[in-house]
Amino acid sequence: MRFEFVQPSALQEAMQFLASHQDEAAILAGGTDILVQVKQKKRLPKYLVNIKGVSGLDGITYNGQGLRLGALTTIRTIETSPIIKEKYPVLAEAAATIGSVQVRNRGTLGGNLCNASPAADMAAPLIALGATARILGPQGERTVSMEEFFAGPGKTVLGPGEVLAEVAVPPPSPRSAGAYIKLGPRKAMDIAVVGVAAVVTLESQGDRCRDVRIALGSVAPIPLRAKKAETVLRGQVVSYDLAVTAGHKAMEEASPITDIRGSAEYRRDMVGVLTRRAVLRALEAART
Amino acid sequence: MVKQVVQLRINGEDYEVAVEPYRTLLDCIRDDIGLTGTKKGCDLGDCGACTVLVEGKSVNSCLMLAVEAQGKDVTTIEGLAQNGNLHPLQEAFIQYGAVQCGYCTPGMILSAKALLDENPHPTELEVRQAIAGNLCRCTGYVKIVEAIMAVAGTG
Ligand SMILES: Cc1cc2nc3c(=O)[nH]c(=O)nc-3n(C[C@H](O)[C@H](O)[C@H](O)COP(=O)(O)OP(=O)(O)OC[C@H]3O[C@@H](n4cnc5c(N)ncnc54)[C@H](O)[C@@H]3O)c2cc1C
Ligand code: FES
Ligand code: FES
Repeated sequence: MRFEFVQPSALQEAMQFLASHQDEAAILAGGTDILVQVKQKKRLPKYLVNIKGVSGLDGITYNGQGLRLGALTTIRTIETSPIIKEKYPVLAEAAATIGSVQVRNRGTLGGNLCNASPAADMAAPLIALGATARILGPQGERTVSMEEFFAGPGKTVLGPGEVLAEVAVPPPSPRSAGAYIKLGPRKAMDIAVVGVAAVVTLESQGDRCRDVRIALGSVAPIPLRAKKAETVLRGQVVSYDLAVTAGHKAMEEASPITDIRGSAEYRRDMVGVLTRRAVLRALEAART
Repeated sequence: MVKQVVQLRINGEDYEVAVEPYRTLLDCIRDDIGLTGTKKGCDLGDCGACTVLVEGKSVNSCLMLAVEAQGKDVTTIEGLAQNGNLHPLQEAFIQYGAVQCGYCTPGMILSAKALLDENPHPTELEVRQAIAGNLCRCTGYVKIVEAIMAVAGTG
């Protein structure tokens, strides 16, 4: 492992350095992805730019506008934050599935998303919650929906010098709830073979589903929103059979690959099962 | 490569070392400072043998750069005994036979300490979650969990 360490104290400085050393520089947040990649020689940046000294990229705020999570917020903070556990329990639930306490203490939300693994555990629940990414760059600021943030395995829409500053999550609707189900070989310390997040919103009265958003992890080149599966459920009173049908639609939308963690066939089957379960679990929680 | 001077506070003592920017905190603690209680297993964040506490929080020291620990308070296994008396977790690990080859033990005890400092009376599930990032190839974990629960008074 060999690189130079750059420690900007202002965001402007960080963005300028990144923009002028495009192929040679990489951001270092918690380092739990990038240091592994550098040690394994999968990436050989000349410079690592530590953004932990840059102000304004950290912290959680919640108000009538919803939740704002600074990119440097650690996964452990998301897991244990009282306001997240109360208002967005699906995010705390997903955070708790990542790595170990040690990894969660260092790993950040921004790193999880910008590493852009199709298996990133924070991606699917944030897509299902309708979150947006606030991006800062040499050209100024822009906002991108979470489902449009990923461009392929290891790729995001971030351009030269751009930094993910913050993730914003809209306020939770009344009678809405989410669920995240991760399937892995071990209960801890393993990345998802398949991950499914669902957020269901019921009409103010009765059992009809006003809105639903479903996102799939590890079964496509990017964390994927399953829009056809959502269409099956939206506006309906969701029965078990309808949830099964939605699961079948999600299976059609997925394009999994075979790797050491599972075959494409198995992954596709599990998308069906886990979509059904996530929808029914979110539905149950939304009722109460 | 130009070395950088880093000030660290390890187990309450101040150290100043010159390190390359790519030196991990783990290699710095073991080879520059000479505290070899912290172990290197995988060097990739998977095994937990390198676990230390930074500002009270457990981290994999193989996935942290020494330069990132500038000015930080670090606790290693050497910092647990006080005035020649072992820490209650160390005593319990011995008493319950939770140590065999011992390679995982420093990291395991520091993960347990981080847990008990935050949550003094954990359930068995909470103990198991807290040590999920610490692999032990010898004991089968049962005695480790028992030892931690005994210290917590929940065993
Ligand atoms: C043992 C182990 C187990 C793991 N288990 C899981 C798991 O179960 N689930 C899971 O999803 N992940 C897992 N991970 C991966 C990793 O821990 C997470 O993805 C973590 O959230 C990464 O955050 P980081 O801050 O450490 O990222 P870093 O390694 O610092 O950065 C990751 C990438 O994002 C870029 N980046 C970081 N922040 C920004 C920003 N603000 N703007 C632009 N680019 C940025 C970096 O340049 C780099 O390319 C595991 C890792 C290890 C070592
Ligand atoms: S040596 Fe750091 S986790 Fe294995
Ligand atoms: S005692 Fe040998 S690895 Fe745990």
